[in-house]
Parts: sequence; structure tokens; C-alpha cells
Amino acid sequence: MLTVFLQFLFSGLTVGAVYALVGIGFNIVYNATSIINLAQGEFVVIGGLMMWFFSESLNLPFFLSAGLAIVSAGFIGFLMERLTIKPLKNPDLLLMIMITIAVSIVLRGVLMFGFGKEPYVYPSFTEGEPISIYGAIIQQQALWVIGITGFCIILLFFFFKRTIIGKAMLACSVNTTAAKLVGINVSKMVMLSFILSAVVGAIGGMAITPISLMEYDKGPMLAVKGFCAAIMGGLGSNRGAVLGGFIIGILESMTAGYLHSGMKDAVALVILLLILFFRPAGIFVSKTMMQLRKF
Amino acid sequence: MIKGVIVKKSDLPFFLIFVFLILLLPVVSGSSYTLTVGIFCGINAMVAIGLCILMGYAGQVSLGQAGFYGIGAYVSSILSLHFGIPVVISIILAMMVAAIAAVILAVPALRLKGHYLAVATLGFGEIIFIILNEWGPGGPSGFGDIPHFSLLGYVINSTTGYYYLIWGSVAAVMLFSINLINSRTGRALRAIHDSELACNAMGLNVVALKLKVFILSAVYASLAGSLYAHYITFVSPSSFSLFYSILLLMMVIVGGITNLWGAIIGAVVITVLPELLRKFQEFDVLVYGLILTLTLMFFRKGLVPILIEKMKKFSGGAVANH
Repeated sequence: MLTVFLQFLFSGLTVGAVYALVGIGFNIVYNATSIINLAQGEFVVIGGLMMWFFSESLNLPFFLSAGLAIVSAGFIGFLMERLTIKPLKNPDLLLMIMITIAVSIVLRGVLMFGFGKEPYVYPSFTEGEPISIYGAIIQQQALWVIGITGFCIILLFFFFKRTIIGKAMLACSVNTTAAKLVGINVSKMVMLSFILSAVVGAIGGMAITPISLMEYDKGPMLAVKGFCAAIMGGLGSNRGAVLGGFIIGILESMTAGYLHSGMKDAVALVILLLILFFRPAGIFVSKTMMQLRKF
Repeated sequence: MIKGVIVKKSDLPFFLIFVFLILLLPVVSGSSYTLTVGIFCGINAMVAIGLCILMGYAGQVSLGQAGFYGIGAYVSSILSLHFGIPVVISIILAMMVAAIAAVILAVPALRLKGHYLAVATLGFGEIIFIILNEWGPGGPSGFGDIPHFSLLGYVINSTTGYYYLIWGSVAAVMLFSINLINSRTGRALRAIHDSELACNAMGLNVVALKLKVFILSAVYASLAGSLYAHYITFVSPSSFSLFYSILLLMMVIVGGITNLWGAIIGAVVITVLPELLRKFQEFDVLVYGLILTLTLMFFRKGLVPILIEKMKKFSGGAVANH
């Protein structure tokens, strides 16, 4: 009984960690620009596939391939912002969101052209026997996924609270005009937010690929789940996204395990609707704060 | 709500051109391929018109239209196939089911704004998708043998027949919608789009109006879904996924959110584009994405409003705009 429960709990935590990273990616861009970047899921796919390309296809050492995969995802995020977001002055938010969808279609097209339609996988980061806790089998890679997510969250926390660039990015989200007036280069911060969110997504993709495989069209579903995580915790709040990601992940795996695997997506969505209807601001954002928002 | 079914003077030329073009296509190219693409344009246009009223006039976003479209297709197919109910009545019953679903969703959801509303409708659409997958006849692989559309014993089973039926329905939907937005209700809707607060202050029942429009868009989507099912005679959940909702949003925005004709043009463009891109083979997704991105970036108001502006400049303001 406990074994089965633990098994579901750990698989939920593992997927939840990736949803949390995608959710944080949404928050980073949203905080700097009020845009929902629906190409967020594609960066997870890019992370996984580029990692495969560097480590399996080019046979580069682990750390070098990881570094290159992160850099290439960041570069694609940079290109996306410079080519599609920056040229539009004074844009309509809905239009911007549609543009991110169009960009996600372009990225999917490129990925399909480069990698084809088959799923890719590479070995876990560390070799070794799965760990057994009260009879529940936990792959080592699952621990990597959770660990890396935790590490990213702590790093981002320090970035936004302790560094001058992080604080400047937060300032843009609070009041763009005021940020400009105190000399913050808002355009640069927007660019940075896209790079950062791409990198965060890619790290999630790199970590999860050995467990769940990666193919070119996994992006949209990941984006929906990550977005749900972000909304559940209150858009813009990173700890909310982490909590939301884990809640969705655990609910999903519990439903798949105890009820029916086809129902797993529905339960997360029903919970999401209930939260929206009864506490639309999410768990961590106050109502007053939400009323201040543009979109 | 609506007095007299007449087309306003400013819309009359558009409407006549529209009818003319519909009648022209089968004459110019009567191949069943062209007509099939034409039929899909019509089906998408019908859903897009509803979404356009909802977004452009009432200012509400919906990412769940595929759900209502799916309700229309499934309810009407099941009723006519398993219960032997005449197709026309099944379609009407399906529209009623979609309307009820819209009320259930809208009462809590319309209190939400912006992307919170978008997510709530997205969640709704996905839940319908999952329900169809899990409990729909045939599960993920769907079911067939759905009866063709028939009215008073006359069965439509040719592509040409469906072409006229569907575009005839689009014309009817369009006529109704034009009248709606030029009525008192339509003006109230545009006022909501500009400022809900001001509308409340003026004594308009904003919630009731938004609810009505939401129901209307759901009913349009349901009608389109039913016609789709009876035309193809086979349905499976994959046609009613989130991707379709996003595609619809794209149609409305590409065509121009502030103009109903934009919904039709947008639907035609987005439906025909993948067909034209067939020759690019594996590049088609890429080219499709690029065209969409560039259209959104450089024709930001949408194709139809830009076209109207150009025409206005050309004829010195003689062409009316609403």
C-alpha cells in the first residue's frame, strides 16, 4: 500500500519538477513583459534534443554537451526576442501571445526538420542501481530531475533577490516606466528574460529526457501543464509555480495510478478550473495585486 | 433584440460579393478537392464568426471553442445514429446542449479577465476532449456511419450539396451576426469592449450581455461541429483538440478581430494555406509557422481592416467601415 503510494508520489514529483520549471519560465517572461510566451514548451524539447545531439551524436563529454545545449537554447530564446518581440513597438498583448504561438510552430517545424519525428533518449546522468525506499523503486535520474529543479529554483531566488540585474528585471515587472526613469535598460531586461526562460526550460528538458524520452512535438502539452502550474500558484510568483507544478504532477500520477490513466489530465484541469473560479489570483498572489495587472 | 433582417447599407456590397464568390467557386473549379477545401473553409468560418463576436465585440477570449465544436459533432452524431432522431432535430438538440454547457462554464468563468478567462476556457476545452477520448463511442479512434444531412426526406450526400449547405449556413450565420452587431445589443457589446466600468455606470447589464454572446459563439461552434460530423460521417476526438481552438484564434486575429468579415477571410486563409504548402513536404510546418509569424508581425490589425483602410484611401472615404 505504502509502496505503491510512494511509487506514484515519486513519479509525480519527477514530472511535477519539469512542470515547475516550465511554469517558472512563463513567470520570468511574464514578469518582465506581461506576455505569456506559449513557445515555452518548445524550449524544453530543444534542451532535450540538443543534449542528445551534443552528447550522443557528436560524442562530446557530458558537461560540455550540457553547456552547449544550454547555450543553444539561450541563443534561440535571444533570437526569438530580437526577431519577433522587439521589432513590435507598443504592441497588443493578445497579438504578442499569438506571435509566440506562431513562433512555437516555426520552432516545431525546425525541430521536425532537424530531428525527424522519432523519440530520442540518452543514458541517465549517473549509472547505477535504482534506489529502493519501502519497496518503491526510484530511478537515479528521477533524483537528478528533482535535484536540478531545486538547484535552479535556489539560483533563481538568489538572482532575483541578490543581484542587481535580477532586481532590475523585477523592477521592470512592477512598473516599466519607473524602471526606465531610474535608468534600467528595459529592452535589455526583456531580452534577458527570454534568454533566461529558454535556459530554464531547456534544463528541465535535459534532465527529463532519459526518463520520458523527447520528441519534436512534446512542447505544446508541456506548455499547457507548465502554464497551469504558473496559474495555479498565481502568475508571476515563482514559489507558486513550483508548488503548482508539484501539485499537478502528483495529482496526475495519483489519478493515473489509482483511477485511470486517461483521466490524469482531466483531474489536473478540474482542479485548475476550481482554483480559477474560487481563487482566481492563484494561491500566492493577492487579489489586490491581480487587479493591478494589465492582462 | 433584433428588429428586421436587413443588411445595413455599408455591409450590402460585402455581402453581395460574398454570395457571388460562394456561387462562383463551383463554376470555376468544380473538382471535389476544391469543394472539400471550400467546405472546410466554411465550417471554420462559422466557428470563427462566433469567436470574432466574442473577442472583437465583447472583448472576451476563448480557447475552448473546440470543446463546443466537439459537443456539436458528438451529440448530433450520437442522437441521429443511435437514437434514430432526424438529423435536423439532432443538430438543434446539440446546439441546446452546447448552450447549456456554455452557461455552466460562463457563469463562473466570465468573472475572470484576460488570460485567466483564456485558461479557464482552455481547461474546459481540454476536459471535453478528455471526455470524448474516454467515454465517447470508439474512444480515441472515434466512430463512423453517421447519417448524412437530410431535410424532409431529401438527403444531401454529394460534395457539391454539402458545399452549398455549409456556405448557405455560413451566410445565414453572417446575416444574423451583422444584424446583431448593428443592433442595440451590438452597440452595447462594443461599449463593453471599451469600458466595462462605464457600461455598468450607464445601467447596462454587462454580465447578461457577455453571457448571451458566449452562448451565441458556443451555438455557432456546435452547429459547425454537427455539420462537419454529418458531412464526414466519421468523428474522432483528435479533431476537437486544443490545437483547433488555437487555430480558430489565429483565424480571427489574422483576419482582423474588429471586423466580422475578417473572421471569414481569416478562416479561408488559415484553411487554404496548409493545402498550398503541400508541395514543401516536410518543410510545410516550418513555412506555415513563418507565414503566420510574419502576417501577425506586419499586418497587425488583421487583413480585412487593413484592406478597408487601403480602399478608403483609394476611393476617398467612399467605402464605409463599421
